[in-house]
Amino acid sequence: MKYIEEFRQHDLAHQLSAAISKAVKPDRSYHLMEFCGGHTHAIFRYGVQDLMPPNVKFVHGPGCPVCVLPIGRIDNAIALVERHDVILCTYGDVLRVPASGRRSLLKVKAAGADIRMVYSVRDALRIAQENPGRQVVFFAIGFETTTPPTAVAIRQAQAEGLGNFSVFCNHVLTPAAIQNILESPEVREMGSVSIDGFFGPSHVSSIIGSRPYEFFAEEFQKPVVIAGFEPLDVMQSALMLIRQLNEGRYEVENEYTRVVTREGNTKAQSLVAEVFELRRVFEWRGLGLVPYSALRLKEAYAALDAEKRFDTPAIAAADVKGCECPSILRGVKRPVDCKLFGTVCTPENPMGSCMVSSEGACAAYWSYGRFRRPETASRESVA
Amino acid sequence: MCLALPAKVLAIDAMTDMAIVSLGGVRKDVSLALVDDVRVDDFVLIHVGYALNKLSEEEAERTLRLFAEAGLTAGEPA
Repeated sequence: MKYIEEFRQHDLAHQLSAAISKAVKPDRSYHLMEFCGGHTHAIFRYGVQDLMPPNVKFVHGPGCPVCVLPIGRIDNAIALVERHDVILCTYGDVLRVPASGRRSLLKVKAAGADIRMVYSVRDALRIAQENPGRQVVFFAIGFETTTPPTAVAIRQAQAEGLGNFSVFCNHVLTPAAIQNILESPEVREMGSVSIDGFFGPSHVSSIIGSRPYEFFAEEFQKPVVIAGFEPLDVMQSALMLIRQLNEGRYEVENEYTRVVTREGNTKAQSLVAEVFELRRVFEWRGLGLVPYSALRLKEAYAALDAEKRFDTPAIAAADVKGCECPSILRGVKRPVDCKLFGTVCTPENPMGSCMVSSEGACAAYWSYGRFRRPETASRESVA
Repeated sequence: MCLALPAKVLAIDAMTDMAIVSLGGVRKDVSLALVDDVRVDDFVLIHVGYALNKLSEEEAERTLRLFAEAGLTAGEPA
């Protein structure tokens, strides 16, 4: 496919690898955090780590919206279908996320609940149109990439007076999470997580632009390079980060210029701003309560807000005992440090969210990294 | 979850703000509600049934040249 194969070329990968080996200074290390699961996935699937010199280390970040969703929100969704008999529509990744009591939306669906996996929020609208006698709730989840389509659907439902449609909003914001990681004690004081620079999100940035990261680069004096999701994009971005670190610079640079601009998609931004407002605080798995890190529907769209239409109390639910997802999401631990990894927790039967989505660090390790030689794997140590 | 794929616009229906795109040969309907000035033969980034952005062919070529240039400097003596 055009714009994909060109960014996976084998020969160029080896040339970039040589350029990176030449650029690194032997007397220091480079800890580069990729925030996005898309980057984690590319690093593992294409063996990018093995093309890096030993002193360049990838630190895996929060990954994906599914990985950071707290269990209580899944419990809320299960309650919606069980207590209110709604048709619950959601993206496929969410279905297998473990909820309390060893349940998941998939298991609840298997037991007879009307839960439907949709490719697009447009499908959820259609289901609501086709089932006027039923309440249809769209379990909205995603970073800034996925929020604009939800905003379009909410406006459409409002315009059409689709009274049986509502949205259970779990849209979260990336810059708030990056700030939370940089301000965490592990990074600031304890030094147990070393982060020298960031790979900036690809498709989140296609919407919000590169400008929001300028604050981090300046405030925390860490370079950020917006990177595409293909392996050569990740490698070129690593080279750009290494050059900045060598030169003592901490700027926002953009490798993914074929899609990302400084301003981003202003049409999408204004649609989101019209429909959503900031929540004062939202719980992230691994990060805890993060201020101003999520969105809810504005008052003008309150009629379409599932949290107002139905009873959705805040549920404090504990992760599965032994699951290291919270530490893995912050880059403090690696998947192989978890006792459950590859034993009771596998992609077929995930115990923690990082094993659910293909973009989760555990799923990426399991799918592509578990057969690597131990000495190679240990080079990735984030310590 | 933020996966988005480049697809070529084959036809546009201005009335419904929808397009038919080719995603590696597979035809799909996508909404153009989030983008402006899309034309037939443009490449757009597709995510959950919506076009998020147009892709810049010029910038894609420039990035590929940067990869090649980095490779060239790797071959030079230090």
